[in-house]
Amino acid sequence: MEKKTCLYDRHVALGALMSPFGGFIMPIQYSNITDEHNAVRQHCGVFDVSHMGEVRITGPDAEQYVQHIFTNDVTDAPFGQIYYGMMCYPNGGTVDDLLVYKMGDNDFFLVINAANIDKDVAWMNEQKEGFDINLDHQSDYYGQLAVQGPEAEAVVEEVLGLPCKELKFYTAKTLDVADGDEGETIIISRTGYTGEDGFEIYGSHEFTQKAWDKLMESGRCKPCGLGCRDTLRFEVGLPLYGDELSADISPVMAGLSIFVKLDKPEFIGKEALAEQKANGVAQKLVGIELTDKAIPRHGYAVLSPEDDVIGEVTTGYHCLSVDKSVCMALVKTEYAKLGTELAIQIRKKVFPGVVVKKKFYDKHYKK
Amino acid sequence: MANFESGLYYSESHEYVRVEGEFGYIGISDYAQHALGNVVYVDMPEVDDEVTAGEEFGAVESVKAASDLIAPVSGTVVEVNEALEDEPELLNKDAFANWIIKVQLSDPAELDNLMDVEAYKKHCE
Repeated sequence: MEKKTCLYDRHVALGALMSPFGGFIMPIQYSNITDEHNAVRQHCGVFDVSHMGEVRITGPDAEQYVQHIFTNDVTDAPFGQIYYGMMCYPNGGTVDDLLVYKMGDNDFFLVINAANIDKDVAWMNEQKEGFDINLDHQSDYYGQLAVQGPEAEAVVEEVLGLPCKELKFYTAKTLDVADGDEGETIIISRTGYTGEDGFEIYGSHEFTQKAWDKLMESGRCKPCGLGCRDTLRFEVGLPLYGDELSADISPVMAGLSIFVKLDKPEFIGKEALAEQKANGVAQKLVGIELTDKAIPRHGYAVLSPEDDVIGEVTTGYHCLSVDKSVCMALVKTEYAKLGTELAIQIRKKVFPGVVVKKKFYDKHYKK
Repeated sequence: MANFESGLYYSESHEYVRVEGEFGYIGISDYAQHALGNVVYVDMPEVDDEVTAGEEFGAVESVKAASDLIAPVSGTVVEVNEALEDEPELLNKDAFANWIIKVQLSDPAELDNLMDVEAYKKHCE
């Protein structure tokens, strides 16, 4: 049985198409994916991303522990700094990709994928032996909104009354928000999963519901479903765990080595990833652009010019921001060079394509 | 809400056939285009291909997913609606005016297996 987020009733009242995702019943679209996609690229959209998981790591060894389980390097980070990276298995396969927020000395806030919450929390608990830390699983407490688009800053400041102008890209802060006699501390960060400027806001269910209602009443922010969240993240080349990363797809294979700091003294998976980096990997993630409008979908076969199966599509769309059919695919490394001609089997037909960069539309971050 | 056009034959998988003499124009219903959302690509067979009742002959793709087209009747493709190659969104504008393929019916008795508009309306409820 799927879980519901604290905004479920609101999605249903808005007439959203609801569908299971990552163990939750989530809004896929309210109006249609194209309009919602364009709202985020051009104006402002809000996503209910309360399905995401949150874990707080505190205690004397918190930093050391995060360094042990996380591929990126959080040493000497200023308060509020956010890092993207992965947790890996000893063989280099990916447990999950996540954000790590440094909230204070030995105080970290980890944001993990909904579909992986149980697996991740179990994994983190298994790794904590010998570390003096407190691992607090907070997914059931937090709701989360992502306000995204070029007008997001103005909407968050003016509609939600949350000062955010001075927040730099990939930084966060806490805010004490009063609500009558009650009050709470929320977390706001300049982050997102759309390639546009925007903010992610973590608060109690009550706070999240009230903020959502204010955004809806303002008319300045379109409700956006997971359908366009996927088209938006895809066309700027952001990976989705389960498609571009998995227990079988390491960050090195996915082209995400920049988030794997091999100069750190130690972390789980370091030896395997260093070996992959040094000796190469058998398969790599690439972008492929088709000459035709046919759409490559997850799981379709990638073929060599000799018609041998040499890989598989991980995500594909007819890209909404640049009128082209494109995909990301995991292919044998010898076919991964830019400009390589290959083909994709789409139902009964085979369509020619060429290897391109995995970014089909430029990000518009405000740094 | 969806439009339902009378005088057509409908399948459970939401294709229609408009019969004119020995030919059938096959498309998707207005109900189907609503359910699909923005159509961004139509995968069509080629002229002279054979289609078989109950079997897939192409696909209609929305942003999110591909949906197979199932032939409601058997026959030989005599024409494909080439306008859909450049403007697949015509299916959203008017699904009944924008048929997908025209076939020469090989077994008109198959039409008896399809629904009339009243039965199809009930099927969509």
